[in-house]
Amino acid sequence: MSVTSKTETIPELMPEVVLEAETSLQRFVSDFIENKVAVGALIVFIGIVFVAIFAPLLSPQNPYDLAEIDIIDGRLPPGSESLSGKPFLLGTDDQGRDMLSAIFYGLRTSLGVGAMSGFIALCLGACIGLTAAYFGGRVDTLIMRLVDLQLSFPAILIALMLLAILGKGVDKIIIALIAVQWAYYARTVRGSALVERSKDYIEAAHCLAFSNRRIVFRHLMPNVLPPLIVVGTVQVAHAILLESTLSFLGIGLPVTKPSLGLLIANGFEYMLSGKYWISFFPGVALLITIVSINLVGDQLRDVLNPRLRR
Amino acid sequence: MSVFIIRRLLQSSMVIVAMSLIVFFGVNVIGNPVDILINPEFDQEELERAIKALGLDLPLWQQYLVFIKNALQGDFGKSFVFGQSALKLIIQRIPATLELAFTALIMSIIIGIPLGLFAGLKPDSPVSKTIMGGSILGFSLPTFWVGIMMIMVFAVMLGVLPSTGRGQTVTIMGLEISFLTWDGLKHLLMPAINLALLKISLVIRLTRAGTREVVLQDYVKFARAKGLSTRRVILVHVLKNILIPVVTVIGLELGNLIAFSVVTETVFAWPGMGKLIIDSILSLDRPIIVAYLMIIVFMFVTINLVVDILYSVLDPRVRLQDVKA
Amino acid sequence: MAEGNSTLAVKDLKTYFFTKAGVVKAVDGVSFNVNQGQVMGLVGESGCGKSVTGFSILGLVDSPGQVINGRILFKGEDLVGLPEPRMQRLRGNRIAMIFQDPMMTLNPVLRIDTQMIEAIRTHEKVSRDQAWRRSRDTLGRIGIPSPEERLKAYPHQFSGGMRQRVSIAIALLHKPDLIIADEPTTALDVTIQGQILYEVQKLCRETSTALIWITHDLTVIAGLADTVCVMYAGKIVESGDVDPVLDEPLHPYTRGLIGSVPSHSRRGQPLPQIPGMTPPLLNLPDGCAFRPRCPRADDACMQMPDITSLLPEREVRCFHPHLQGAS
Repeated sequence: MSVTSKTETIPELMPEVVLEAETSLQRFVSDFIENKVAVGALIVFIGIVFVAIFAPLLSPQNPYDLAEIDIIDGRLPPGSESLSGKPFLLGTDDQGRDMLSAIFYGLRTSLGVGAMSGFIALCLGACIGLTAAYFGGRVDTLIMRLVDLQLSFPAILIALMLLAILGKGVDKIIIALIAVQWAYYARTVRGSALVERSKDYIEAAHCLAFSNRRIVFRHLMPNVLPPLIVVGTVQVAHAILLESTLSFLGIGLPVTKPSLGLLIANGFEYMLSGKYWISFFPGVALLITIVSINLVGDQLRDVLNPRLRR
Repeated sequence: MSVFIIRRLLQSSMVIVAMSLIVFFGVNVIGNPVDILINPEFDQEELERAIKALGLDLPLWQQYLVFIKNALQGDFGKSFVFGQSALKLIIQRIPATLELAFTALIMSIIIGIPLGLFAGLKPDSPVSKTIMGGSILGFSLPTFWVGIMMIMVFAVMLGVLPSTGRGQTVTIMGLEISFLTWDGLKHLLMPAINLALLKISLVIRLTRAGTREVVLQDYVKFARAKGLSTRRVILVHVLKNILIPVVTVIGLELGNLIAFSVVTETVFAWPGMGKLIIDSILSLDRPIIVAYLMIIVFMFVTINLVVDILYSVLDPRVRLQDVKA
Repeated sequence: MAEGNSTLAVKDLKTYFFTKAGVVKAVDGVSFNVNQGQVMGLVGESGCGKSVTGFSILGLVDSPGQVINGRILFKGEDLVGLPEPRMQRLRGNRIAMIFQDPMMTLNPVLRIDTQMIEAIRTHEKVSRDQAWRRSRDTLGRIGIPSPEERLKAYPHQFSGGMRQRVSIAIALLHKPDLIIADEPTTALDVTIQGQILYEVQKLCRETSTALIWITHDLTVIAGLADTVCVMYAGKIVESGDVDPVLDEPLHPYTRGLIGSVPSHSRRGQPLPQIPGMTPPLLNLPDGCAFRPRCPRADDACMQMPDITSLLPEREVRCFHPHLQGAS
């Protein structure tokens, strides 16, 4: 009994063996560039990272140096000037801080916390995922049950729970963010590792007596990396959003390290009196950051996932 | 079918027990239980009396059993701020939160599914591309900021909607419901949309992905080969197949919405349990924190259970599998 | 073939798929006739375009595919370019199709009665009860026991053979003039296959329905069809009445196909095979598509041969057909 090709819209194309004229990296880049929007988003994001890193050099004012701010300048609308003639492009907050500078510093904090927690969560999750895939059996089941359990709860709830128990502080926030993210990384890495482990080339490599380390780095990694990158971009965006939400609620970063969330919270009480700029501009900065990350992440996913082209 | 339910019930109970252990140990081991459970205003004598009364001088495992016993009776201690039973305070606020969450859920379904269906059926049309672009915006937006902007635009600048709070309520069966009054609806509209925004994007993407997959299936082609009208093919054959995975996800999202309402309730001063927990965390009103965590875990697990059962009812293939098993 | 009471006349049909990788010429100039009450077999290997031919007739070719040339005359009416509402009135009503894989043909989340009743009510104004009764009777006629209970069931509760019978029953609901059966028995057991073949044949004789049976299995054609068309790489390479074609095949490909059927070879002899593989439709060689695998090919075959009528009622597309006497 033969099962012939399914009645799909495209008749069966016989696979052809084509010699790869370009490396997979070149192909990845050329595929990615196809989507102009994603390229634009990437440029924007690189710009944001640049601003975040060089904030102290780029800001017109250091908003957290008490010597530079004057409460008389408080609550000025965008485009005003201080008494000494300095322009406040985006207005000032209630303490007289220049919004533009505050946003630059805020981006620094938000991105820094998001990136750091993401990176640690990635390492932690990857280790756990690899452990689960490597040992298999009971260990694997146990770890995966934990992962599923955690993933079935909303991130904000887990963060709330942890912060309620642990209290305030930068380190506590980062712990909470890591706790929220590690499970995604663990699951992704474990899934990829399992798929790769069962593939023939791993067995072949074993037969050729390659060392385990070589197998992991030269063979496993290149295949585990793509889905990890995709998950990573999404997770970083989530982490930044979550941190700003928590900071807004008042249980996030302390006032001494204001992120964009806190800036928005500061402006909350002024919204009813029409002083929109104190909340508006930090929010726009946050929005642009998240959107650019998500657009890049979307395109990465489209490019890295369909392995039909291989 | 009943085997399936029993198995899921057992799983759910295990999760609740696990959570209670985490909360208990979080409070009694990581945090200082004296600070957490006893009002920090007490002086030394009252402190010692309270410690004895709360059984904090007992070994840990005994304390846990006491905790569980009390919890099952609904006793989580008295709120430091309000002086009343923590559980009662939270339960009073639940209807408001549920009202908000449900409205947001229904909105996300009503708006999201048609948009996602369209985007899936005509993926190359400019409208679809706009919808998909909009959906990226949807889950990139910081909910709390959008809420603030909505208040500024609609309440302050345009003055058409009230800025904060819950509207007039009507009491039905002991529950206070506000969407049945016009005033209530006006107050409900902005917070509900705000909460729904994230989910609408999710529903759109999910529906679109499902549609694109289903449309390629043989049974859709066969339905067309029977001469059925395009409308019937889409609304009956395609939609019913999409609804199953979409409904499951949406059902689980109800739990997410309830959890996320902490943000919306804070922005819009909506008197639900979300606002209560944030206030309590800020004022270190620990009994409420403990009670909230346990209740929300319980709600969560229940919702997951109900959705699982619903899924097996909706998909006839799953039903039969369990009978065989 | 006589065009007298022709139910379906396909003339130079071309259906191409415009994919990113290139143009796939799935159906590249196919012509044939099916008369009333006739059974025509459309034979070929996987990927030769026979299913797409079937879909093209019903207007069910999805993008990136398109019918770009030809006429499909159904009782005189050209189906190519027919407006969709008119096409919907014909589908399932005057022209019906039976699909290959019974697992996925019926919608898994809808009951059998729903799927049959809608097929009836979309073409006739009858009440739900009447439609239900007709469904029940049709199921009974096709050999399904206790039809009332079966109607309430879901497709996955049926066996493969039963499901296919339901599909056939649905195809027959409106007594169509033409049925296109796309490998309906390929996914079934051999015993069930025999039963279904018999039933379909019987029903078609009773109602004078024209039938196009698409398959890769020559043995099925031998017992069932009146005429046969052999397809290769999107073109018809040989056609004629079934007995002459199977007994004295003209085209080397047909000969190879028949030769490779196990019952044809003698015991102890190695099974003859056609060397090579079917070419990818994306990159067809120049000239005759069968050239790389043909034992009789020469330089003349670098050109695409036309269809020629060497014998009465026989057509072949070849420069070196196996004429009488040559082996």
